[in-house]
Amino acid sequence: MILVYGLVTGIFFGIFLQQAQALRFERQVGAMLLKDMTVVKFMLTTIVVASVGIHALQDAGIISFAPRALSLGSQILGGLLFGVGWAIIGYCPGTSIGAIGEGRFHVIWPILGMLLGGIIFALLYPFIQTHIQPLGSFGAISLPQLLGVNHWLVIAALAAGSFFLFRFFERRGL
Amino acid sequence: MHIPERSRPYLFGALSGLLLTASVALAGQFFGTSTTFPRLSTFILTSLGIDLSSLAFAQVRDGALTGAAFPNWQLLFVIGIGLGAFISARASGTFHREHLPELWVSSFGSSQKTRLLYSLAGGSLAMIGARMAGGCPSGHGVSGVSQLGVSSLLAMAMFFIGGITTARFLYASPAAPVSGNNSSARSGRSDNTQGGLS
Repeated sequence: MILVYGLVTGIFFGIFLQQAQALRFERQVGAMLLKDMTVVKFMLTTIVVASVGIHALQDAGIISFAPRALSLGSQILGGLLFGVGWAIIGYCPGTSIGAIGEGRFHVIWPILGMLLGGIIFALLYPFIQTHIQPLGSFGAISLPQLLGVNHWLVIAALAAGSFFLFRFFERRGL
Repeated sequence: MHIPERSRPYLFGALSGLLLTASVALAGQFFGTSTTFPRLSTFILTSLGIDLSSLAFAQVRDGALTGAAFPNWQLLFVIGIGLGAFISARASGTFHREHLPELWVSSFGSSQKTRLLYSLAGGSLAMIGARMAGGCPSGHGVSGVSQLGVSSLLAMAMFFIGGITTARFLYASPAAPVSGNNSSARSGRSDNTQGGLS
């Protein structure tokens, strides 16, 4: 049953990404060139809606979750490496799969590259765990915990910040 | 479907937010895709008869990071993204075979070999980075930031800092001609979104 949930959720997400035109190389790289913010609008809207949804469910006691562990070493170094690779290939792992479905068959090369990276990561795994992950490791911590405020205050700030950013993008035609 | 181009990312972004909420409520699963790549790589190598069982990576949580975890929710989610994009592209008449992206060709030429070599390097960096950071734009970006995780906000900021810096270096800005940076980029882009891609 869990597999059926995965497939159906993926199909809907693929449709939404395709309809939002987020599967195009030009849209992805356009965001990094700060010229076409389609992908940023899509991501931020998803985040704002989902953060309201999952925190409401958590407050109602229906679900529980904890954020991923914070490690300054892993997130800073890994995040920067990902960013460099993302700019070169023009896709992230999820959108690369969607782009094949849309007929952009050149993404087969980035997908091969990411599979190669998967192997290299497996080989580097012990090194990363010993030398990078422990750098600035703080465990699972959320922004409301860090700031010592209620999570709805942070969500309200996130929503307001996104709204003004979107207004800025639309005025600039980005 | 007559949905104005401008409202598409907001409308489908909001629907994706509802979808993520429903997925967590019904299946207990947050979005994520990058873990499937090392799983698939190890699955392929193992299928080819290469024994990886001595790797520390293969021993973590009884092989949870390798192909031994298949089939699982995330593998089906990833397959679903491809299927959904195909269905949507076919149904809306936007499916089209693209051999290389225009923006790529304008910076690097039309050789598939060049694209392959850059993709092997770039794809490797992207996947090593995503797994080191603990997620990609779906796992950290969408799922992690929705949970307001400090790690995810930091990873997301780093994704964009790395991406913006590298993209500026790699891609000659096609829509922005010589004169004043801001204003020319602005007018160039609005022409482009109206005419180019619809």
